[in-house]
Amino acid sequence: MALLIFTGSILAGIVGALLGLGGGIIIIPVLTLLLNIDIRYAIGASIVSVIATSSGAAAAYIRDRITNIRIGMFLEMATTTGAITGAYLGGLISPHYLYIIFAVVLGYSTLAMFKRRNLELPEGVVAHPLAKKLKLEGSYYDQVLNRQVAYTSTGVYEGFGIMYGAGVISGLLGIGNGIFKVMAMDMFMKLPMKVSTATSNFMIGVTAAASASIYFARGDIHPAIAAPVALGVVIGATLGTRLMVRLRNTTLRKIFVPVLLYVSLQMLLKGLRG
Amino acid sequence: MENNESKSVPKESHALVVEDIISQSLRWGVVISAIIIAAGLVFYLLTGDSGYPAGFFPTSIPQVFKDVVHFKSFAIIDLGLLLLIATPIFRVAASIIAFIFDRDRPYVVITTYVLAMLILSLLLRKAE
Repeated sequence: MALLIFTGSILAGIVGALLGLGGGIIIIPVLTLLLNIDIRYAIGASIVSVIATSSGAAAAYIRDRITNIRIGMFLEMATTTGAITGAYLGGLISPHYLYIIFAVVLGYSTLAMFKRRNLELPEGVVAHPLAKKLKLEGSYYDQVLNRQVAYTSTGVYEGFGIMYGAGVISGLLGIGNGIFKVMAMDMFMKLPMKVSTATSNFMIGVTAAASASIYFARGDIHPAIAAPVALGVVIGATLGTRLMVRLRNTTLRKIFVPVLLYVSLQMLLKGLRG
Repeated sequence: MENNESKSVPKESHALVVEDIISQSLRWGVVISAIIIAAGLVFYLLTGDSGYPAGFFPTSIPQVFKDVVHFKSFAIIDLGLLLLIATPIFRVAASIIAFIFDRDRPYVVITTYVLAMLILSLLLRKAE
Protein backbone atom coordinates (compact mmCIF):
# COMPACT_ATOMS: atom_id res chain seq x y z
CA MET A 1 0.00 0.00 0.00
CA ALA A 2 2.71 2.48 1.01
CA LEU A 3 4.56 1.50 -2.17
CA LEU A 4 1.49 2.16 -4.36
CA ILE A 5 0.93 5.57 -2.78
CA PHE A 6 4.64 6.31 -3.25
CA THR A 7 4.58 5.37 -6.96
CA GLY A 8 1.41 7.38 -7.68
CA SER A 9 2.95 10.34 -5.89
CA ILE A 10 6.07 10.27 -8.06
CA LEU A 11 3.80 10.70 -11.09
CA ALA A 12 1.90 13.50 -9.35
CA GLY A 13 5.19 15.24 -8.56
CA ILE A 14 6.36 15.06 -12.18
CA VAL A 15 3.10 16.49 -13.56
CA GLY A 16 2.92 19.08 -10.78
CA ALA A 17 6.44 20.34 -11.44
CA LEU A 18 5.88 20.46 -15.22
CA LEU A 19 2.62 22.38 -15.10
CA GLY A 20 2.99 24.50 -11.98
CA LEU A 21 0.13 22.70 -10.22
CA GLY A 22 0.08 21.05 -6.84
CA GLY A 23 -0.44 17.51 -8.08
CA GLY A 24 -3.75 17.18 -6.22
CA ILE A 25 -5.37 16.48 -9.59
CA ILE A 26 -3.56 13.12 -9.57
CA ILE A 27 -3.12 12.48 -5.84
CA ILE A 28 -6.80 12.75 -4.89
CA PRO A 29 -8.18 10.33 -7.53
CA VAL A 30 -5.33 7.83 -6.97
CA LEU A 31 -5.91 7.77 -3.21
CA THR A 32 -9.71 7.76 -3.24
CA LEU A 33 -10.57 5.75 -6.36
CA LEU A 34 -7.69 3.26 -6.58
CA LEU A 35 -6.84 2.81 -2.91
CA ASN A 36 -10.19 3.54 -1.27
CA ILE A 37 -8.72 6.02 1.16
CA ASP A 38 -11.08 8.39 3.00
CA ILE A 39 -11.47 11.68 1.06
CA ARG A 40 -10.53 13.59 4.25
CA TYR A 41 -7.08 11.99 4.35
CA ALA A 42 -6.75 12.31 0.58
CA ILE A 43 -7.29 16.08 0.79
CA GLY A 44 -4.88 16.32 3.74
CA ALA A 45 -2.22 14.41 1.76
CA SER A 46 -2.93 16.56 -1.30
CA ILE A 47 -2.19 19.76 0.66
CA VAL A 48 1.13 18.22 1.73
CA SER A 49 1.82 17.32 -1.91
CA VAL A 50 1.25 20.93 -3.01
CA ILE A 51 3.90 22.11 -0.54
CA ALA A 52 6.31 19.33 -1.47
CA THR A 53 5.97 20.02 -5.22
CA SER A 54 6.22 23.75 -4.69
CA SER A 55 9.32 23.73 -2.51
CA GLY A 56 11.08 20.90 -4.36
CA ALA A 57 10.45 22.24 -7.85
CA ALA A 58 10.93 25.90 -6.96
CA ALA A 59 14.39 25.27 -5.48
CA ALA A 60 15.51 23.81 -8.83
CA TYR A 61 13.75 26.35 -11.07
CA ILE A 62 15.18 29.27 -9.11
CA ARG A 63 18.66 27.79 -9.42
CA ASP A 64 18.12 27.43 -13.17
CA ARG A 65 16.91 31.06 -13.23
CA ILE A 66 13.54 30.18 -14.75
CA THR A 67 11.37 31.31 -11.84
CA ASN A 68 10.78 35.04 -11.66
CA ILE A 69 10.97 35.61 -7.91
CA ARG A 70 9.90 39.24 -8.09
CA ILE A 71 6.81 38.50 -10.18
CA GLY A 72 6.01 35.66 -7.76
CA MET A 73 6.39 37.85 -4.67
CA PHE A 74 4.40 40.69 -6.24
CA LEU A 75 1.51 38.37 -7.13
CA GLU A 76 1.63 36.66 -3.74
CA MET A 77 0.33 39.94 -2.28
CA ALA A 78 -2.84 39.29 -4.28
CA THR A 79 -3.13 35.57 -3.45
CA THR A 80 -2.57 35.91 0.30
CA THR A 81 -5.01 38.84 0.56
CA GLY A 82 -7.47 36.84 -1.53
CA ALA A 83 -7.10 33.81 0.73
CA ILE A 84 -8.04 35.88 3.78
CA THR A 85 -11.02 37.41 1.94
CA GLY A 86 -12.07 33.90 0.96
CA ALA A 87 -11.92 32.71 4.56
CA TYR A 88 -14.24 35.59 5.53
CA LEU A 89 -16.63 35.15 2.59
CA GLY A 90 -16.97 31.46 3.38
CA GLY A 91 -20.33 31.75 5.09
CA LEU A 92 -21.75 34.39 2.77
CA ILE A 93 -21.63 32.95 -0.74
CA SER A 94 -22.87 29.57 -1.88
CA PRO A 95 -19.97 27.53 -3.25
CA HIS A 96 -22.31 26.33 -6.07
CA TYR A 97 -22.24 29.71 -7.79
CA LEU A 98 -18.51 29.98 -7.28
CA TYR A 99 -17.86 26.61 -8.85
CA ILE A 100 -19.97 27.57 -11.85
CA ILE A 101 -18.32 30.98 -12.25
CA PHE A 102 -14.86 29.42 -12.07
CA ALA A 103 -15.81 26.63 -14.44
CA VAL A 104 -16.83 29.25 -17.00
CA VAL A 105 -13.60 31.24 -16.49
CA LEU A 106 -11.52 28.07 -16.84
CA GLY A 107 -13.53 26.90 -19.83
CA TYR A 108 -12.85 30.20 -21.55
CA SER A 109 -9.14 29.94 -20.79
CA THR A 110 -9.03 26.36 -22.06
CA LEU A 111 -10.23 27.67 -25.39
CA ALA A 112 -7.75 30.54 -25.34
CA MET A 113 -4.86 28.23 -24.45
CA PHE A 114 -5.93 25.80 -27.18
CA LYS A 115 -5.84 28.60 -29.74
CA ARG A 116 -2.36 29.53 -28.60
CA ARG A 117 -1.14 25.93 -28.52
CA ASN A 118 1.48 26.47 -31.21
CA LEU A 119 2.86 29.66 -29.74
CA GLU A 120 6.40 29.01 -28.48
CA LEU A 121 7.06 32.46 -27.03
CA PRO A 122 4.80 35.48 -26.53
CA GLU A 123 5.21 38.06 -29.28
CA GLY A 124 4.91 41.84 -29.41
CA VAL A 125 4.50 42.28 -25.66
CA VAL A 126 4.24 45.93 -24.66
CA ALA A 127 5.70 46.36 -21.19
CA HIS A 128 3.33 47.65 -18.53
CA PRO A 129 4.61 50.80 -16.73
CA LEU A 130 4.79 48.81 -13.49
CA ALA A 131 6.86 46.12 -15.19
CA LYS A 132 9.88 48.42 -15.34
CA LYS A 133 9.31 50.01 -11.98
CA LEU A 134 8.91 46.74 -10.07
CA LYS A 135 11.27 44.70 -12.27
CA LEU A 136 8.51 42.38 -13.45
CA GLU A 137 10.74 41.25 -16.28
CA GLY A 138 13.73 39.06 -16.80
CA SER A 139 15.43 36.49 -18.95
CA TYR A 140 16.17 32.78 -18.80
CA TYR A 141 18.30 30.37 -20.74
CA ASP A 142 16.11 28.09 -22.85
CA GLN A 143 17.81 24.72 -23.36
CA VAL A 144 15.54 23.75 -26.23
CA LEU A 145 15.83 26.99 -28.18
CA ASN A 146 19.48 27.13 -27.15
CA ARG A 147 19.41 30.82 -26.38
CA GLN A 148 18.72 33.37 -23.70
CA VAL A 149 15.06 34.46 -23.77
CA ALA A 150 14.27 37.96 -22.50
CA TYR A 151 10.70 38.79 -21.53
CA THR A 152 8.63 41.50 -19.89
CA SER A 153 5.09 41.57 -18.56
CA THR A 154 1.92 43.33 -19.65
CA GLY A 155 -1.62 43.20 -18.24
CA VAL A 156 -0.28 43.59 -14.70
CA TYR A 157 -3.61 44.76 -13.22
CA GLU A 158 -5.60 41.97 -14.89
CA GLY A 159 -3.05 39.40 -13.76
CA PHE A 160 -3.13 40.78 -10.23
CA GLY A 161 -6.94 40.67 -10.25
CA ILE A 162 -7.07 37.03 -11.39
CA MET A 163 -4.48 36.16 -8.73
CA TYR A 164 -6.69 37.79 -6.10
CA GLY A 165 -9.57 35.63 -7.36
CA ALA A 166 -7.31 32.58 -7.22
CA GLY A 167 -6.53 33.43 -3.59
CA VAL A 168 -10.23 33.82 -2.77
CA ILE A 169 -10.92 30.34 -4.18
CA SER A 170 -8.05 28.85 -2.18
CA GLY A 171 -9.45 30.40 0.98
CA LEU A 172 -13.02 29.29 0.21
CA LEU A 173 -12.57 25.85 -1.25
CA GLY A 174 -9.18 24.86 0.10
CA ILE A 175 -7.72 23.94 -3.28
CA GLY A 176 -4.25 24.63 -4.64
CA ASN A 177 -5.19 26.74 -7.63
CA GLY A 178 -2.01 26.46 -9.65
CA ILE A 179 -4.26 26.41 -12.72
CA PHE A 180 -5.50 29.98 -12.18
CA LYS A 181 -1.99 31.16 -11.43
CA VAL A 182 -0.50 29.77 -14.63
CA MET A 183 -3.47 31.14 -16.57
CA ALA A 184 -3.06 34.66 -15.13
CA MET A 185 0.64 34.74 -16.02
CA ASP A 186 0.24 33.14 -19.44
CA MET A 187 -2.91 34.81 -20.72
CA PHE A 188 -2.84 38.22 -19.11
CA MET A 189 0.78 38.98 -18.31
CA LYS A 190 2.06 37.20 -21.44
CA LEU A 191 5.04 35.54 -19.79
CA PRO A 192 6.76 32.60 -21.50
CA MET A 193 5.00 29.33 -20.55
CA LYS A 194 8.08 27.98 -18.73
CA VAL A 195 8.36 31.13 -16.63
CA SER A 196 4.62 30.90 -15.83
CA THR A 197 4.70 27.28 -14.63
CA ALA A 198 7.98 27.73 -12.71
CA THR A 199 6.71 30.90 -11.01
CA SER A 200 3.38 29.25 -10.21
CA ASN A 201 5.31 26.39 -8.59
CA PHE A 202 7.14 28.95 -6.49
CA MET A 203 3.86 30.54 -5.37
CA ILE A 204 1.51 27.64 -4.62
CA GLY A 205 3.39 26.50 -1.50
CA VAL A 206 2.77 29.77 0.33
CA THR A 207 -1.03 29.66 0.18
CA ALA A 208 -1.04 25.91 0.85
CA ALA A 209 1.16 26.30 3.94
CA ALA A 210 -1.42 28.59 5.52
CA SER A 211 -4.20 26.02 5.07
CA ALA A 212 -2.02 22.99 5.89
CA SER A 213 -1.67 23.97 9.53
CA ILE A 214 -5.44 23.89 10.01
CA TYR A 215 -5.70 20.52 8.24
CA PHE A 216 -3.00 19.19 10.56
CA ALA A 217 -4.79 20.38 13.68
CA ARG A 218 -8.06 18.95 12.38
CA GLY A 219 -6.43 15.51 12.06
CA ASP A 220 -6.77 15.32 8.27
CA ILE A 221 -3.06 14.72 7.67
CA HIS A 222 -2.58 11.00 8.37
CA PRO A 223 1.13 10.22 8.86
CA ALA A 224 0.97 6.78 7.19
CA ILE A 225 -0.61 8.30 4.04
CA ALA A 226 1.01 11.73 3.93
CA ALA A 227 4.57 10.34 4.44
CA PRO A 228 4.78 8.23 1.24
CA VAL A 229 2.96 11.02 -0.64
CA ALA A 230 5.48 13.65 0.48
CA LEU A 231 8.49 11.47 -0.34
CA GLY A 232 7.12 10.37 -3.73
CA VAL A 233 6.19 13.91 -4.71
CA VAL A 234 9.62 15.29 -3.79
CA ILE A 235 11.29 12.68 -6.04
CA GLY A 236 8.73 13.25 -8.81
CA ALA A 237 9.13 17.03 -8.64
CA THR A 238 12.90 16.67 -8.96
CA LEU A 239 12.48 14.51 -12.06
CA GLY A 240 9.81 16.89 -13.41
CA THR A 241 12.11 19.92 -13.21
CA ARG A 242 14.78 18.09 -15.25
CA LEU A 243 12.17 17.16 -17.84
CA MET A 244 10.58 20.60 -18.10
CA VAL A 245 13.75 22.44 -19.15
CA ARG A 246 14.07 19.97 -22.05
CA LEU A 247 10.50 20.48 -23.32
CA ARG A 248 9.22 23.11 -25.70
CA ASN A 249 6.81 25.76 -24.41
CA THR A 250 4.35 24.51 -27.02
CA THR A 251 4.59 20.96 -25.61
CA LEU A 252 3.83 22.31 -22.13
CA ARG A 253 0.75 24.05 -23.49
CA LYS A 254 -0.42 20.87 -25.17
CA ILE A 255 -0.13 18.97 -21.87
CA PHE A 256 -1.84 21.82 -20.04
CA VAL A 257 -4.95 22.07 -22.24
CA PRO A 258 -6.52 18.65 -21.40
CA VAL A 259 -5.78 19.16 -17.69
CA LEU A 260 -7.48 22.55 -17.86
CA LEU A 261 -10.46 21.02 -19.65
CA TYR A 262 -10.73 18.22 -17.08
CA VAL A 263 -10.64 20.59 -14.12
CA SER A 264 -13.19 22.99 -15.61
CA LEU A 265 -15.62 20.14 -16.32
CA GLN A 266 -15.10 18.81 -12.80
CA MET A 267 -15.85 22.26 -11.33
CA LEU A 268 -18.95 22.62 -13.49
CA LEU A 269 -20.26 19.23 -12.30
CA LYS A 270 -19.60 20.15 -8.66
CA GLY A 271 -21.43 23.45 -9.15
CA LEU A 272 -24.45 21.84 -10.78
CA ARG A 273 -24.66 18.86 -8.47
CA GLY A 274 -23.73 20.66 -5.28
CA MET B 1 22.31 20.78 -14.09
CA GLU B 2 25.52 22.50 -13.06
CA ASN B 3 26.38 23.46 -16.63
CA ASN B 4 23.29 25.70 -16.89
CA GLU B 5 24.77 28.14 -14.48
CA SER B 6 27.77 29.00 -16.59
CA LYS B 7 25.53 29.60 -19.61
CA SER B 8 23.13 31.95 -17.92
CA VAL B 9 25.62 34.55 -16.80
CA PRO B 10 23.49 37.46 -15.64
CA LYS B 11 24.06 41.17 -15.84
CA GLU B 12 23.25 41.96 -12.25
CA SER B 13 24.97 39.48 -10.01
CA HIS B 14 23.43 41.27 -7.04
CA ALA B 15 19.95 39.90 -7.66
CA LEU B 16 21.39 36.42 -7.89
CA VAL B 17 22.35 36.50 -4.22
CA VAL B 18 18.64 36.90 -3.44
CA GLU B 19 17.77 33.99 -5.69
CA ASP B 20 20.44 31.77 -4.16
CA ILE B 21 19.34 32.51 -0.60
CA ILE B 22 15.73 31.67 -1.47
CA SER B 23 16.64 28.57 -3.49
CA GLN B 24 18.91 27.28 -0.72
CA SER B 25 16.34 27.88 2.02
CA LEU B 26 13.80 25.87 0.02
CA ARG B 27 16.26 23.09 -0.77
CA TRP B 28 17.37 22.65 2.84
CA GLY B 29 13.79 22.70 4.06
CA VAL B 30 12.84 19.94 1.63
CA VAL B 31 15.96 17.80 2.17
CA ILE B 32 15.84 17.90 5.97
CA SER B 33 12.10 17.23 6.16
CA ALA B 34 12.32 14.41 3.59
CA ILE B 35 15.09 12.69 5.59
CA ILE B 36 13.06 12.89 8.81
CA ILE B 37 9.85 11.68 7.09
CA ALA B 38 11.75 8.79 5.44
CA ALA B 39 13.37 7.79 8.75
CA GLY B 40 9.98 7.77 10.49
CA LEU B 41 8.32 5.85 7.67
CA VAL B 42 11.06 3.18 7.49
CA PHE B 43 10.95 2.83 11.26
CA TYR B 44 7.14 2.43 11.11
CA LEU B 45 7.24 -0.12 8.27
CA LEU B 46 9.99 -2.18 9.94
CA THR B 47 8.49 -2.28 13.44
CA GLY B 48 4.82 -2.11 12.38
CA ASP B 49 4.34 0.07 15.45
CA SER B 50 3.04 3.61 15.06
CA GLY B 51 3.64 4.31 18.75
CA TYR B 52 -0.09 4.99 19.23
CA PRO B 53 -3.30 2.99 19.62
CA ALA B 54 -4.84 1.96 16.26
CA GLY B 55 -6.54 4.82 14.41
CA PHE B 56 -4.82 7.48 16.49
CA PHE B 57 -2.09 9.94 15.56
CA PRO B 58 -0.87 13.24 17.03
CA THR B 59 -2.56 16.45 15.81
CA SER B 60 -0.87 19.14 17.87
CA ILE B 61 2.65 20.50 17.66
CA PRO B 62 3.44 20.16 21.40
CA GLN B 63 2.32 16.54 21.31
CA VAL B 64 4.57 15.80 18.32
CA PHE B 65 7.58 17.28 20.11
CA LYS B 66 6.79 15.37 23.30
CA ASP B 67 6.47 12.03 21.50
CA VAL B 68 9.46 12.43 19.16
CA VAL B 69 11.67 12.11 22.23
CA HIS B 70 10.15 8.67 22.82
CA PHE B 71 10.87 7.61 19.23
CA LYS B 72 7.23 7.05 18.31
CA SER B 73 7.32 6.55 14.53
CA PHE B 74 4.19 8.61 13.72
CA ALA B 75 5.59 11.48 15.78
CA ILE B 76 8.84 11.36 13.78
CA ILE B 77 6.88 11.42 10.49
CA ASP B 78 4.77 14.33 11.76
CA LEU B 79 7.86 16.29 12.76
CA GLY B 80 9.09 15.97 9.16
CA LEU B 81 5.67 16.92 7.75
CA LEU B 82 5.49 19.99 10.00
CA LEU B 83 8.96 21.07 8.84
CA LEU B 84 7.83 20.63 5.23
CA ILE B 85 4.74 22.76 5.88
CA ALA B 86 6.87 25.44 7.53
CA THR B 87 9.32 25.60 4.60
CA PRO B 88 7.34 28.05 2.37
CA ILE B 89 6.70 30.34 5.35
CA PHE B 90 10.39 30.21 6.21
CA ARG B 91 11.15 30.93 2.54
CA VAL B 92 9.11 34.16 2.69
CA ALA B 93 10.93 35.24 5.86
CA ALA B 94 14.31 34.45 4.26
CA SER B 95 13.33 36.52 1.20
CA ILE B 96 12.80 39.61 3.35
CA ILE B 97 16.36 39.31 4.60
CA ALA B 98 17.61 38.69 1.07
CA PHE B 99 15.84 41.79 -0.29
CA ILE B 100 17.18 43.90 2.60
CA PHE B 101 20.62 42.63 1.69
CA ASP B 102 19.93 43.61 -1.92
CA ARG B 103 18.68 47.07 -0.80
CA ASP B 104 15.57 46.50 -2.85
CA ARG B 105 13.14 48.57 -0.83
CA PRO B 106 9.90 47.98 -2.80
CA TYR B 107 10.42 44.24 -2.46
CA VAL B 108 11.24 44.41 1.23
CA VAL B 109 7.83 46.07 1.65
CA ILE B 110 6.06 43.61 -0.69
CA THR B 111 7.55 40.55 1.00
CA THR B 112 6.86 41.86 4.50
CA TYR B 113 3.24 42.37 3.46
CA VAL B 114 3.06 38.76 2.22
CA LEU B 115 4.51 37.45 5.49
CA ALA B 116 2.07 39.59 7.50
CA MET B 117 -0.87 38.21 5.49
CA LEU B 118 0.38 34.66 6.01
CA ILE B 119 0.65 35.13 9.77
CA LEU B 120 -2.74 36.85 9.84
CA SER B 121 -4.34 33.96 7.96
CA LEU B 122 -2.78 31.48 10.37
CA LEU B 123 -4.23 33.43 13.30
CA LEU B 124 -7.66 33.78 11.69
CA ARG B 125 -7.87 30.08 10.90
CA LYS B 126 -6.81 29.15 14.41
CA ALA B 127 -9.72 31.17 15.74
CA GLU B 128 -12.31 29.19 13.78
